[in-house]
Amino acid sequence: MWVNGVTLQNRGLEDSHRLAVYEASGGYRTLREVLLRPVAPEQIITEMKKSGLRGRGGAGFPTGLKWSFMPKGVTGTKYLLCNADEGEPGTCKDRDIMRYDPHRLIEGMLIGAYAMGARAGYIYIRGEFVEPIQLVEAALAEAYQAGLLGNHILGTGFSFDLYVHRGAGAYICGEETALMESIEGKKGQPRFKPPFPASYGLYGQPTTINNVETFASVPDIISKGGDWFLRLGKPNNGGTKIFSVTGHVQRPGNYEVPMGTPFKDLLAMAGGLFPERKLKAVIPGGTSTPMVAGEVMMDTTMDYDAISKAGSALGAGSVIVIDDSVCMVKTVERIARFYMHESCGQCTPCREGMGWLWRVMHRIEHGQGREEDLQLLLDVGARIEGRTICALADGGVAPVVSSIRLFRSEYEYHIQHKRCLVTMGAG
Amino acid sequence: MLSEQALAEIARERAKYPEDRAQSALLAALRIAQEDQGFLTTEVMDYIALLLGIEPIRAYEVATFYSMYDLQPVGRHKICVCGSVSCFLRDSDRIIAHLEDQLGIKVGETTPDGLFTLQEVECLGACLGAPMMQVGDRYYEDLTKDRVNGILAALREGGDDVG
Ligand SMILES: Cc1cc2nc3c(=O)[nH]c(=O)nc-3n(C[C@H](O)[C@H](O)[C@H](O)COP(=O)(O)O)c2cc1C
Ligand code: SF4
Ligand code: FES
Repeated sequence: MWVNGVTLQNRGLEDSHRLAVYEASGGYRTLREVLLRPVAPEQIITEMKKSGLRGRGGAGFPTGLKWSFMPKGVTGTKYLLCNADEGEPGTCKDRDIMRYDPHRLIEGMLIGAYAMGARAGYIYIRGEFVEPIQLVEAALAEAYQAGLLGNHILGTGFSFDLYVHRGAGAYICGEETALMESIEGKKGQPRFKPPFPASYGLYGQPTTINNVETFASVPDIISKGGDWFLRLGKPNNGGTKIFSVTGHVQRPGNYEVPMGTPFKDLLAMAGGLFPERKLKAVIPGGTSTPMVAGEVMMDTTMDYDAISKAGSALGAGSVIVIDDSVCMVKTVERIARFYMHESCGQCTPCREGMGWLWRVMHRIEHGQGREEDLQLLLDVGARIEGRTICALADGGVAPVVSSIRLFRSEYEYHIQHKRCLVTMGAG
Repeated sequence: MLSEQALAEIARERAKYPEDRAQSALLAALRIAQEDQGFLTTEVMDYIALLLGIEPIRAYEVATFYSMYDLQPVGRHKICVCGSVSCFLRDSDRIIAHLEDQLGIKVGETTPDGLFTLQEVECLGACLGAPMMQVGDRYYEDLTKDRVNGILAALREGGDDVG
């Protein structure tokens, strides 16, 4: 099996974040080939389409197709942005790519910028990530010094400037248009779409945005070919993907495995469950994706299609494992708090609804639940879904509604007995 | 109002953005001012706005929207402990209670000697190291009560960045 072979391939090398180490492992060879041969921009987009790579930030939009939307022959600057805001609970992969292999991200962005004709770019890194910020800034400085960024890169006609823009604490800035607002120095409030970023993005200019892992996959796709990457996974689910396995497993970690890997193999890689525990549920793609029952998950493979068949979504590949030692109501209350806290407040259904969901969850958890509360949660959820500017609100509804469907009796027990069915053990 | 060093740093950030887009440097300028001054007063925000040539209201909006800005004084060490779900599943509540216990304060408070402020925050993107916390610029992962004690002791002894 092709494990940790693409975006995490250099993680084990000493000083893997340094330019010299990256170049010694073949780094920037693809960029040189592309610029010096040169390879036509359309050819790169064709390979990206062939690869089946889908955006690793959560929405899973085909990357090659997205790149082809960038208009040609416009006046003014086109921008390329990298989304490194990584903030959805359970998601912790981009941090490792930036810490261990920042040059792979930079090379991926350079190839993308060349293919789309972008002249400048920003890597938007969440403000708390001080160590990754320092490492990426240092890598950018190395790349500038080596003539890999700036004017006339490698002596060619291609020029591209790239900077870090540091966030300041707001999950919503991971939403692509909020991120653009934030780079413009404003509150991170999502914009209405359309217009889409390819026509009206940063500073109103054509803009493409991708996730860290998406960009870090690009150099190998271009050097080894789109077909190679596609075949690592399965049709419509090309390549390998990092799964961040957290929660109740013995070896939490980032595991990069082929799309289509059985969940039970991934669980085994992460050290399996703790002794004497049973798998209760899994949140397969980060807290915005619906929860899946443990036994269903054990028969599912890790790819977009299979997980969507299991009633959830692959999201950012943030696999949160929940065993039978924990109370589901308390767990979901904690998740609901996140969405209440992070709503940007623009849309009434989200601003009010996220608070509602949390307050009702909170009172059930604290033994003050009422008979009608479960229906209330479902009704509030139904009134939010699809009625907001961005997907944060739907993401906040998903864990509540899915957990009521799967663990209704646990909720009912809480309401009737004013206490929990599960005595919380150690985690 | 700000140190030479802070002003130089703000100038470097300003240079990342197009000529006519000074406001883009606002997030960075506020952060740098906060690092320089400890927290953001109205006077500091007005000064930043003047420096960038933007309306002061823009600075207030940003300073209140993002969670990393402090509009009130905080302790010398701001402890931000994660309570989101992956950390919760690994018993972060117990770590939070232990911190409250050791510091003699509740979440949201500052110790009387001004050394520590304790905050519970949402996911810091290091969930595989759960339970975890951030103190200053640094992440501390795979926390146990013993490890927390060690970190607090080192911070009390005057370290700013302790392993
Ligand atoms: C509330 C919200 C938060 C998001 N946070 C992130 C994030 O932290 N990182 C990320 O890459 N994408 C995030 N996204 C998805 C982005 O909007 C966007 O789809 C993505 O950056 C596109 O890159 P990709 O196609 O490479 O995935 C978020 C979306 C929403 C609605
Ligand atoms: S859905 Fe929520 S987070 Fe998204 S724009 Fe509306 S209020 Fe803001
Ligand atoms: S849940 Fe604590 S760091 Fe992500």
